[in-house]
Amino acid sequence: MFDTLTDRFDAIFTRLRGRGRLGDAEVAEVLREIRVALLEADVNLAVVRDLIEAIRVRCTGAELAKHLTPAQQVIKVVNEELTATLGGEALKISYASKPPTVVLLAGLQGSGKTTASAKLARWFRQQGRHPYLIGADLQRPAAVEQLRVLGAEIGVGVFSEPTDPVSVARGGLAEAQRLGRDVVIVDTAGRLAIDRELMDEVRRVSQALRPNYTFFVVDAMTGQDAVQTAEAFHQALQLDGIILTKVDGDARGGAALSVKQVVGRPIAFLSTGERIADFETFHPDRLASRILGMGDVLSLIEKAEREYDEEVTGQALERLQTGTFTLDDFLDQLRQLKKMGPLTGLLSLMPGVPREVRDAKVDDRDVGKIEAIICSMTPLERTDPTVLDGSRRLRIAHGSGTSTTEVNNLLRQFKEMKKMMRGIGPMAKLVGGGRPGNPSKSSKGSRKKVKGGRVTPSSRGLGPTR
Amino acid sequence: MTLVIVLIAVAAVLLVSGGVVVGTRSRRRAPALPRTGAPRPGAPRPPTSPPTSPPVMAATEPETSSTPETQTARPVLRDRLGRARGLLAGYFDQVRGRGGIDEATFEELEEALILADVGVSTTTRVLGDLRDKLRDGALSVTDPPALLQALQDDLASMFEGDVESLAYADGDGPTVWLFVGVNGVGKTTTIGKLALRETRAGRGVVLAAGDTFRAAAGEQLESWAERAGARIVRGSDGADPSSVIFDAVQHAASRGAGLVLADTAGRLHTKVNLMDELRKVRRVAERPPGQLTEVLLVLDATTGQNGVVQARQFTEAVGVTGIVLTKLDGTAKGGVVLAIRSELGLPIKLVGVGEGPADLVVFDPVEFVSALFG
Ligand SMILES: Nc1nc2c(ncn2[C@@H]2O[C@H](COP(=O)(O)OP(=O)(O)OP(=O)(O)O)[C@@H](O)[C@H]2O)c(=O)[nH]1
Ligand SMILES: Nc1nc2c(ncn2[C@@H]2O[C@H](COP(=O)(O)OP(=O)(O)O)[C@@H](O)[C@H]2O)c(=O)[nH]1
Ligand SMILES: [Mg+2]
Ligand SMILES: [Mg+2]
Repeated sequence: MFDTLTDRFDAIFTRLRGRGRLGDAEVAEVLREIRVALLEADVNLAVVRDLIEAIRVRCTGAELAKHLTPAQQVIKVVNEELTATLGGEALKISYASKPPTVVLLAGLQGSGKTTASAKLARWFRQQGRHPYLIGADLQRPAAVEQLRVLGAEIGVGVFSEPTDPVSVARGGLAEAQRLGRDVVIVDTAGRLAIDRELMDEVRRVSQALRPNYTFFVVDAMTGQDAVQTAEAFHQALQLDGIILTKVDGDARGGAALSVKQVVGRPIAFLSTGERIADFETFHPDRLASRILGMGDVLSLIEKAEREYDEEVTGQALERLQTGTFTLDDFLDQLRQLKKMGPLTGLLSLMPGVPREVRDAKVDDRDVGKIEAIICSMTPLERTDPTVLDGSRRLRIAHGSGTSTTEVNNLLRQFKEMKKMMRGIGPMAKLVGGGRPGNPSKSSKGSRKKVKGGRVTPSSRGLGPTR
Repeated sequence: MTLVIVLIAVAAVLLVSGGVVVGTRSRRRAPALPRTGAPRPGAPRPPTSPPTSPPVMAATEPETSSTPETQTARPVLRDRLGRARGLLAGYFDQVRGRGGIDEATFEELEEALILADVGVSTTTRVLGDLRDKLRDGALSVTDPPALLQALQDDLASMFEGDVESLAYADGDGPTVWLFVGVNGVGKTTTIGKLALRETRAGRGVVLAAGDTFRAAAGEQLESWAERAGARIVRGSDGADPSSVIFDAVQHAASRGAGLVLADTAGRLHTKVNLMDELRKVRRVAERPPGQLTEVLLVLDATTGQNGVVQARQFTEAVGVTGIVLTKLDGTAKGGVVLAIRSELGLPIKLVGVGEGPADLVVFDPVEFVSALFG
């Protein structure tokens, strides 16, 4: 649907090759692209403005890490900024010393409050608690019935009565105490932030209950309005956290960033589907890469930082450029590559790789064959393949369990590659422009692995009846 | 960079020799070169297509709105939007208050459109057109208020030729209107409101409780049926939605009821199996004696740019004929429908402005557009 940011950045940087430092003009152009990407992801305009400023400061005059392309470098900065904005202190539930711990859910109509109430109840039970549900939505037809059905499904009691939300809240709390439940979750009716009457009502519910936690439930598909709505709910209820719902779709979820920014409280949970089990605690890094639409590239950057031996690779590049790259070097690089995961996936992650190559299937068994072929060569043969006559090739084929055609193919391709790389060597140096003593390995420590840029496993919700 | 180059070198060998080993790839395959990806040209915008399936029988519209109780009960969009106005008030006074038209004027227009969820590409396009017109003299305005007016006219004209009324079947069989959309957008509520409007207009209405998945969805629709004095056909929980809709059409035909409003469970357009289920629902809904004349995509005004994807996917799956834009009584502007209108040509038919039975109005482009800048 969207081009990834890398594709766009690559295009920009292709026009601007030859620098080790990003100039103001390049940065401005890239920032424009980032702005568009963030806006397309529904991050609020005002929030985008702040973010862009923060990124500009970090990118202007930044030294480039030598193992990353300028595009990757910028993306890394952007991702770190986004993750920082989304993350911060995670929410840790601390239970009331005098039970029950009261949790209040509020939000716009249809955002997923009732479903999230049930999911939360199930989650608390998994934490060893004894939850109880209160249905304080007396507004929408059959809202209480909906909660009762969900409560029955997970075996959690539901309290409600057709009076008014404040009395229901009070009554429910008393009932929970009587039953000895230690967590109470209150579902409320959906309401608009500008609906004075209903905002007042939920404020009164809150005053009656004095909840330990008030969560704002917001749909991941929300657009620019998320900020205004979140602000109003925060003002009325002093929110403690955010529950982001419908994350199982393909919305980029930029609204979460806006809401987090405005409310300044953590995103606590993600609702990832219609079934009650589809509920998770939140990981800021995954959402950051999703907002940018570039989890794949990030995982390459991370893999590269984690796995790649800078020294060995630097030497390899130098030999490539001077034409002294041997089959031994190749074997080294191949093994490094293998450490990084299945090769097909890896190729698809590489920036600047032509589409047909990116989409090609590389059989990892072929990689094994190539390894075997090289291993069956003598040190001399590896350094100087020209000595390889017919009988040596036959010996190698036997030794590696392959055929002479396969040996021949490898050798021919290796030669072609060397020629090609010699040509691009000097240019590559210009593009890369890596400076000594800047390995840039600092920031990775705490970041978690990004899995394929999707927040949820793709297998979800594929059963015939959900 | 070092890394990438070396990786690519290795990849070049792997791919080509690996390919020849398995014998599927040409040996002359060009080796992978880094940074060959030429700047990709911005994808050309598809031309705006005309509205799908021009609906018929607009004649019933005045009939409904001329009944005295609907006239008093039905709020005007403008009144409702008034509630939202306070929050953004003054934003456009800035534009209006300035002396001449300059770059800042355009920037403010751009911000307003983006804040209304119109989206970057549609915003850029409409403002680009406006600039062009200004430059080549097709438009001669000198002050910001006139420019704003010109922009509003341009935006409203995007809906030109759209038919807002819903189509009824011209044969004997019951008319079927099918409601689709993602979770929680207001499908059931819209059906409830329409049921009231249509029964008041003297039609026999049958509601088909096609959401057999969400807890208490049937009960929710049932209480609307009671309010509206409409009949309802329900299945058991988890029943096949198409069979419920089939039964409802049969029921309507046998009772001589003229209109079936078919509810469906909310579903995300990304769920392949659920979209397949919906295709089947559509096929059943158009089986005689039923005549499917509208497939309405319900869209929540708070939705951001994902709305375009929703519209595209639902249209592809079940041939959406029009949009119902709900929750426009809030602070959200629903500007994404402009992007949807220009990409897919889908007309906006109805607007939801509240949770009550009377909170449904016919879409009015001029009011909608001026509210974008509220
Ligand atoms: N796909 C998906 N659907 C969800 C998720 N959470 C809730 N839903 C669905 O979204 C719709 C609205 O959810 P509810 O829990 O009824 O939302 P609510 O906020 O209680 O709605 P009101 O009480 O009507 O304001 C229902 O169809 C739910 O099944 C989610 O994480 N993913
Ligand atoms: N403020 C407001 N709320 C609405 C409107 N339309 C529907 N709703 C509310 O949005 C929520 C979801 O509506 P529902 O009809 O259950 O959505 P469905 O899941 O698509 O069937 C309910 O709480 C409705 O009362 C509207 O136009 N304005
Ligand atoms: Mg609810
Ligand atoms: Mg419904």
